[in-house]
Amino acid sequence: MRFATVLPVVAALLAATACSSTPPTAENKTLKIVYQKSDSFTALDTVMQDAKKEFEAANSSVTVNLEPIQANDDDYGTKLALAQRSPDTAPDVFYEDTFKVRSDVDAGYLLKLDSYLEKWDDWSQFNEAAKAAGRADDGGIYAVPLGTDTRAIWYNKAVLQKAGIPVPWQPKTWEDILSTARAIKASDPTVIPFNMYAGKGTGEGTVMQSFYELLYGTDSTLYDEKEKKWVVGSQGFTDSLAFLKTLYDEKLATSPAEALDANVWKKVFGEWFPQGKLGATVEGSYTPSFWQKGGPYEWAGYEQDMGVAMFPTRNGQEPGGVSMSGGWTLAVGAKSKNAELAFKFLTTALNKKNALAFDVNNSQIAVRTDVAKESSYVSANPFVKDVSELVKVTHYRPATADYPRISTAVQVATESVITGRQSPEDAAAEYDATVRKVVGDDKVLDR
Amino acid sequence: MTIRRYLRLLPVVPSVLLLLLFLLAPVAWSFYASFTNAALSGRAARDPQWVGLENYVRMFSDDSFPLAAWLTVVFVAASAVFGQNVLGLLIALLMTRSRKAVSSWVGTAVVAAWVLPEIVAAFAAYAYFNRDGTLNQMLAFFGGQGPDWLYTFPLVAIILANTWRGTAFSMLVFRAALADVPQDVSEAALMDGAQGWQRLAFITLPLIRSSIATNLMLITLQTLAVFTLIWVMTAGGPANASTTLPVLAYQEAFKFGDIGYGTAIASVLIVLGVVFGAVYVRLLKEQKS
Repeated sequence: MRFATVLPVVAALLAATACSSTPPTAENKTLKIVYQKSDSFTALDTVMQDAKKEFEAANSSVTVNLEPIQANDDDYGTKLALAQRSPDTAPDVFYEDTFKVRSDVDAGYLLKLDSYLEKWDDWSQFNEAAKAAGRADDGGIYAVPLGTDTRAIWYNKAVLQKAGIPVPWQPKTWEDILSTARAIKASDPTVIPFNMYAGKGTGEGTVMQSFYELLYGTDSTLYDEKEKKWVVGSQGFTDSLAFLKTLYDEKLATSPAEALDANVWKKVFGEWFPQGKLGATVEGSYTPSFWQKGGPYEWAGYEQDMGVAMFPTRNGQEPGGVSMSGGWTLAVGAKSKNAELAFKFLTTALNKKNALAFDVNNSQIAVRTDVAKESSYVSANPFVKDVSELVKVTHYRPATADYPRISTAVQVATESVITGRQSPEDAAAEYDATVRKVVGDDKVLDR
Repeated sequence: MTIRRYLRLLPVVPSVLLLLLFLLAPVAWSFYASFTNAALSGRAARDPQWVGLENYVRMFSDDSFPLAAWLTVVFVAASAVFGQNVLGLLIALLMTRSRKAVSSWVGTAVVAAWVLPEIVAAFAAYAYFNRDGTLNQMLAFFGGQGPDWLYTFPLVAIILANTWRGTAFSMLVFRAALADVPQDVSEAALMDGAQGWQRLAFITLPLIRSSIATNLMLITLQTLAVFTLIWVMTAGGPANASTTLPVLAYQEAFKFGDIGYGTAIASVLIVLGVVFGAVYVRLLKEQKS
């Protein structure tokens, strides 16, 4: 009885709210641009501001709404994916991690750009590897890279010299790393000789700037691209964990407690290196951007004090070194109502001038051949040449939808080993079990 | 007469609608999503499929779920049922006997932790328990050396932090309840020669039983949902040692983009809350009859 009278009221109210939204006007052309910004990463924000000015001047009827998201990489990815779920919140142009391109294309978030790229003269300036970064499983291009990166060993020359290690230093094998680290420890026990990230605290940094340099320097791999299967049971995996165990057990790296702190990288760049408390670490080619003028940890002396070396393969076997690459792209939303304009904005943001500014300010490796030749790029910092050459020995992560879970499983394995919870063999076995559970037995390759 | 009765219901309608829209709808959606393979990215994001009980089956073969459920129970029992409840009652009892000035100072100090926004309280707790934090600096001052609390005893640190933050609520509830205990009953017991602890156990506590039950229910539900505090202090680590169900649900849904599995964990949490709530409501009813 009571409900019978309440229901019409409910219905009426619902109807009233449903009707109250106004239909969008046809003239109203705005582009929504979503990208990442943080205290330590403002280079892209600068580029976007410039591109907005440039684009609005050339297209007077269009408003560009810049919507930077203040977040770290993980949270940025989540927020972006949440926004893409609904056409009302989906951006027109957005900043997209290369390793998410394939799975986000599967999700239907990205617009296929092939027909647009054909008409864009600048596209021929992008190198082939860069073009491939935005390619999905169907062969189409869905994203255009801003730049790429590599990983290397960054070392403090003064610390090494104090320990009697001649610089420039280039370890040839894992053993070279250990002997140098031990020499540094012997000369000054208060210094952290050779840090490598481990554990879930540093997240993707643990695998990109530590574990994979080891794994890919054994003769193993994480994923077999040909068979499209994940590799388990490999000796290389266990050996890589064992190497980390040695580093942490002998106190050649930081303490496990500190390693698990998500902010440990801030200490690496902000305190330990500038204060001469750290011998070396594995980090990205973007490292100088932290110390450059305007960076979060300005350090005028870094150009003289720091050196860069290639991470060696295990026994010095071919090709002699290992690096990892990632990088970010710009993509157009599949749900964009103004795809033509959105692509036009993308080309403005990635034109030679803006790409050069971004690559220089963010210490990125240029993907445009015309930018790579610019003198201001080549002389941006003394390390550009060395880290750019690492592209020759670099690896990319398998960009499947399962990847984030596999990456976490690797992080867990490193955490178990450095905290002494598990032996390298047990941690590797647990990793294998997790991989089987995540991807299923038929997508696993036992080696 | 009847029309007037219905008209009187009218002002309730908006709030009922809002409740349906913002409370029941998300809960219903969460239950629904937990039976699908909805995801943030990949093929499942475009076209989520109905997978039945798959997520729930997976939950019980997943090592981190039983651990998280156990940690949640320990966390709630230790920090809410025991910590906040008992400490709140103790402080309230002591305050009734102490001088006005002392009691108002103590009250302010306790409430101060409660009025802090959760994120601020979380950072304060992080700064306190951190390896170079306030606690270890104080210990160092007295010549001691504290462990890295958040790394060595993450759950203990979180339990203490949540107790610190939430005790004020229990204290306020018990202060009000104790003020309502009739003086003459206590005095009569005193005349009969009852000791202090006897008066507490046989007079005061039975008289405020319903307040205790209400308080327990509210703080249990509140503590079940604690997320920010844990996320800021330890992010569930190290090695899942402080991953409670809300943290696990968040990780699965947003870090791994597995909305279906994440909502399944969230649904278990909702059911857990409902069960706790029902038990306490039952307790309350029994007392009244």
